[in-house]
Amino acid sequence: MKIDVRLNGRDTAWEAPAGATLLAVLRDGGPNPARMISVKRGCETGDCGACTVLLDGQPVNSCVVAAGRAHGHEVTTLEGLAADPLMISLQKALVDHAGVQCGYCSPGMLISLYHLLRECRAAGVRPDDHAIREALSGNLCRCTGYVKPVAAAAAVAAALEAVQAAAPGKGTVAS
Amino acid sequence: MTEVGRNVTKIDAFKLARGEPVFTDDVHPVGMLWAKVLGSPHAHARIVSVDATRALALPGVVDVAWHAQVKAIPHTRAGQSHPEPSPWDTVIMPEKARFIGDRVAVVVAEDLATAEKALGLIDVQYEVLPALTDMDEAHRRTDVLIHEVPDPRGIAEGGRSNVAARIDKQVGDVDAALKTCDHVVERTYWLPRVQASHIEPHVAISWLDEDGRLVVRTSTQVPFHLRRILARILEMKEADIRVIKPRVGGGFGDKQEMVMEDLVALMTLRTRRPVRLEFTRTEELICARVRHPQRIVMTTGVMNDGTIIANRMQVTADTGAYGSHALTVQGNTGQKVLPMYPCANIHFQVTCLYTNNPISGAFRGYGAPQGCFALECHIDEVAKVIGMDRLELRRKNHIRLGDTDPLSAKLGEGKEGLVRVIRSTGLEKAIELGCEAIGWGRKRPPSAPHLKRGLGMALAMQGSGIAGVDWGAATVKLNEDGSVNLAVGATDIGQGSDTVLAQICAQELGIRYEDVRVLSSDTDLTPFDVGAYASSTTYVSGGAVLKAARLVREQLAAMAAERWKCAVEEVRFGAGLVNAGPDRTMTVAELASHALYHVKVQPMATASHMSNESPPPFAAQFADVEVDPQTGEVFLRRFASAVDLGTPIHPDLAEGQIEGAVAQAIGYALFEEVIVDAGGRVRNPNFLDYKIASALDMPEMITILVPTQEPSGPFGAKAAGEVPIDGPAPAIVNAICDAVGVRAYRIPVTPERVWRQIKEAGE
Repeated sequence: MKIDVRLNGRDTAWEAPAGATLLAVLRDGGPNPARMISVKRGCETGDCGACTVLLDGQPVNSCVVAAGRAHGHEVTTLEGLAADPLMISLQKALVDHAGVQCGYCSPGMLISLYHLLRECRAAGVRPDDHAIREALSGNLCRCTGYVKPVAAAAAVAAALEAVQAAAPGKGTVAS
Repeated sequence: MTEVGRNVTKIDAFKLARGEPVFTDDVHPVGMLWAKVLGSPHAHARIVSVDATRALALPGVVDVAWHAQVKAIPHTRAGQSHPEPSPWDTVIMPEKARFIGDRVAVVVAEDLATAEKALGLIDVQYEVLPALTDMDEAHRRTDVLIHEVPDPRGIAEGGRSNVAARIDKQVGDVDAALKTCDHVVERTYWLPRVQASHIEPHVAISWLDEDGRLVVRTSTQVPFHLRRILARILEMKEADIRVIKPRVGGGFGDKQEMVMEDLVALMTLRTRRPVRLEFTRTEELICARVRHPQRIVMTTGVMNDGTIIANRMQVTADTGAYGSHALTVQGNTGQKVLPMYPCANIHFQVTCLYTNNPISGAFRGYGAPQGCFALECHIDEVAKVIGMDRLELRRKNHIRLGDTDPLSAKLGEGKEGLVRVIRSTGLEKAIELGCEAIGWGRKRPPSAPHLKRGLGMALAMQGSGIAGVDWGAATVKLNEDGSVNLAVGATDIGQGSDTVLAQICAQELGIRYEDVRVLSSDTDLTPFDVGAYASSTTYVSGGAVLKAARLVREQLAAMAAERWKCAVEEVRFGAGLVNAGPDRTMTVAELASHALYHVKVQPMATASHMSNESPPPFAAQFADVEVDPQTGEVFLRRFASAVDLGTPIHPDLAEGQIEGAVAQAIGYALFEEVIVDAGGRVRNPNFLDYKIASALDMPEMITILVPTQEPSGPFGAKAAGEVPIDGPAPAIVNAICDAVGVRAYRIPVTPERVWRQIKEAGE
């Protein structure tokens, strides 16, 4: 089947077998030229979050989304956010806090955290520890115990709040 | 010290955080075939015939292989040093399936969907045999033998019984000593089957290079052992096999075994094409390796004043269908645990059984989490019986600086080991700091009136590599601009060993960490290393890096002394400079350039390192729990770990080892269990039903490094990887007991189990 999708800001046409998952098309490529290899295969049942991507801006487990579901929609992977300032600051914080061990779950975690912080920024709130953990709860990590990834996200959230507080006309942000 | 002890940027962190193509499956060779394995539907069955005609007729299917076509060379997939202490009870394709999921046939096709479809088109006739899934039944029965042929080296009792390994070692005389004790406390503890659950599944890709040599790129912890095993079972020269380890998405022992590399290699040799095989999560939970389930009987003789006189640990374990690590994991259950409380009489017995269950194997802690659970729960029980404070009982008896460890001398790794003397310990300090952090003796009130609160603790020790066995090598090469290429066989599986080894190299050469580039784990390009297991990399491989860097420094010092006409001893290194007094200074880069273009010598050295010691890191771990007696639900509120891992080379990464290990152990204590039914079928082979800890399951974590100087370790370092996984389960269970007064002798402590125990205690 033919799928027209806006992938990482570009109009893309996929050829995919019926029933293929979004993960299979993004990661394995099949007949399609681009492999989005930041999208990792971890469980294929929607439980580990290693394959998290944004579908119309919302995080989804691409292993349990039919590729056809993306027809006429927008899909964003970590590759598509390589130049995004918020994503860059999240990546740097994750590295600086030693939140990357094996790194296999990192892309999925970063997509979930990116979505959280973007939503919080739009709403003018700063996520607390629990909100960060909820956002990460679909991203299983077997290496870190989540301590350092959560600290990294909290640091970026604090920096965002500081920037917003300093921005003229924005007022103070509730925490 | 500048480079060691500094939280440098982890060497691979940015490329990982950017999702760059660095893992095994991220790059596919041209013309690659996709493999799938047909697993046995029976727990125990002879494979009478295999007919692949229909599968081979499916367009896109390239090849199918099964036992009749593959030479049966007995080996073990355990991935250990030669001579392997595990029985040679395995062949590439067995003629008898010994567990549900055992290899029956392997298919390769042009795409994954075709390979999957082909599995259903292979016609197999089985002669179903009685399945033994209970380890005690497997022990009793000799009419049903899971391994009918004796293993060639006589380690297991194949052909005679279902015993895969036995140990019976004694120091002193426990029976006689028990008769003299004021109290004898005996309890039985049960440990579940759990799975490592690295998020990257097992995956391997192989191909033939332009010279027809076999290349295997794989997610492994043991590239060099793998090459040796492959060479033997494929009847090739080691030089014709290249094993490449790219980034690995977690291993935790489960990737010490050759779980699939022989299959991709076999199919590449048969088809002359690249072949890829990756497990699904379901296959991981059925066909990878699990932690050995055990039953442990602890018998302790103690005097009224709390002096422990005698300790006996009797372990019955289930190794599953094959005996990988059967002897050595169980050996560790005693060896890494019983020395915590030295006494004159120690008896350690193991009976490890083959069953028709999934294969048990290496998993972080390697037997010690089981033993530590039994011993540390038992210490609380002993304290209760003699009416002594449980902290005081531990403080009175625990191992101290200068103590020897007679049991390890008797055990070793499957043979008589070396005498161990404790030359560094921060255990007393760890206990003190951990107690302070958790508020020992100052239990907090429950957060709600219907909850009960409790505190628990456990002590743990492990090792740093296998004494007299584990070794590694490193090559240090200095370039003309003062930068260094460091090549190590040591295997970074996400724990950060490339980073730590670069720090050790930089420190010794007096240069910056940022000027070191690491090439690791490519059997063509790096020297040997046993691999990433047994908490060995920082301590053992780090020792090799230190030696190699020292040799290069000596070469440089000789050249500088020659140039300055001074004594070698006057030459000093540090901060990127070489000097011999105030007016004789140059940069390392200037000296390197001098070496290459004036002296015309490459400053370079390869060094090997083995230690006859395995200094234990120590941990004191503490849990603060609340329990709802109405529902049995356990809320782990806070968890504190105080860990002596010698001098931390990279404190943040060391903390990360502790935090990750605690997260895994929380699952072990509270919710993880691979459930296998009486027919040998795994009932929960997915992450929904086999739950591992998420960010919401974690308590407030307090992690304290307790630095010591280990004289035999590089810059005072010991090991970090395993010791922190040992203590959490007993600490949590001891805390639950403190809260509600009932003791769980079996983990995981699910709400139902707690609720039942409370109910039974009330009746």
